[in-house]
Amino acid sequence: MIPATFTYLRAGSVDEALDLIARSGDEAKFLAGGHSLVPLMKLRLAVPEVVVDIGRLGELAYIRGEGGHISVGALTSHHDLARSSLLAGELPLLAHAASQVGDPQVRHRGTIGGSLAHADPAADLPAVMLALDAVLVTQRPSGGRSIPAAEFFRGLFECALEPDELLTEIRIPRPAAAGWSFQKFTKRAIDWAIVGVAVQGGRVALVNMGSTPLRASAVEQALAAGAPPGAAAAHAAEGTSPPTDLNGDPAYRAHLARVLAGRALAEAASRG
Amino acid sequence: MKLTVTVNGNPVSAEVEDRLLLVHFLREVAGLTATNVGCDTSSCGACTVLLDGQSVKSCTLLAAQASGREVLTAEGLAGPHGELHPVQQAFRAEHGLQCGFCTPGMVMAAVSLLAENPSPTEEEVRAGLEGNLCRCTGYHNIVRAILAASSQPAGKEQAG
Repeated sequence: MIPATFTYLRAGSVDEALDLIARSGDEAKFLAGGHSLVPLMKLRLAVPEVVVDIGRLGELAYIRGEGGHISVGALTSHHDLARSSLLAGELPLLAHAASQVGDPQVRHRGTIGGSLAHADPAADLPAVMLALDAVLVTQRPSGGRSIPAAEFFRGLFECALEPDELLTEIRIPRPAAAGWSFQKFTKRAIDWAIVGVAVQGGRVALVNMGSTPLRASAVEQALAAGAPPGAAAAHAAEGTSPPTDLNGDPAYRAHLARVLAGRALAEAASRG
Repeated sequence: MKLTVTVNGNPVSAEVEDRLLLVHFLREVAGLTATNVGCDTSSCGACTVLLDGQSVKSCTLLAAQASGREVLTAEGLAGPHGELHPVQQAFRAEHGLQCGFCTPGMVMAAVSLLAENPSPTEEEVRAGLEGNLCRCTGYHNIVRAILAASSQPAGKEQAG
């Protein structure tokens, strides 16, 4: 499979990336690791006229502890997230979830920013961002902004980014409650989750239970009201609209969500 | 576009289409056909090569993304006099292949795995091969081969 023709431009800095995208029209796309975009281009589901490669912007690959939060550069690879000692100590949910994305080759190339901007509801890290209450920091030629993860994911493969807007950093508050878990169910290790559940303290988020990653609000409310993990997990599918595909129908996914939420809450409680 | 990729230590320069994939650059421009196209959807790992020392799926990279960087393919593993890399030796000794189609990708994934973790457990080897499929299902001997390569001091030194 060969992508349709396009013009390849490589940015040497964030400023140059913003300049190139602004001059390239609405059919331009940023390319980071390329592990969501290039497959779509090969299938010709994405047909950008211009690709602006930001993959070498080392200034966007970092993990730093700052005051009350951890800052993660958007170009940090899943591999580097998974191997970060800072994250292992401060945000083990993110380090562990990143270690479960795809396979080693994909983790070497795929980036956190690319995964979030792609906004696939079956991807792992978007739900993890909801569970961690992250803030996504962007830059545009006209200035930047900070977008709470809860407002970032708008629909299937649709996020809040404008065409000329670059996700540059993810800011994650140091969790107030230590208990965490990430559970996902796949048929093969490399597959997207059929369903996944991320838990940090009292926040519970769902992978692939709707057109966006979702907070399991009914579970969170039950927990807040004092319900034990098993009883709270029974609410995991409430308010969701899981898809039908080769892997299963909505009823099967609802079942998986309840089972995985039960396991995740039990594991999180054991770590709290 | 004009690009130069260092492949197995040798610079390869060519004028190519912007959309050219790295695996096609390696096979058709550099003339190195050990790297196979299997699924062509980033699933099977037959096209695995090392980019600046890390395993990647060359069907899912643009050649442009490798411009100015170092790529290592199975052809580049052997020593200057043709002596096999310890991972290659171990695949032969342990019969770590059946039809052989997945082998170059398996070997490159193994080299990357041992560079990151020179003394893996069997479980870590199996997890490290998540991105590589063998449709002959010959996984047991592949895992044995990688464990054998990891137990040789030379394999650890040369894994990178």
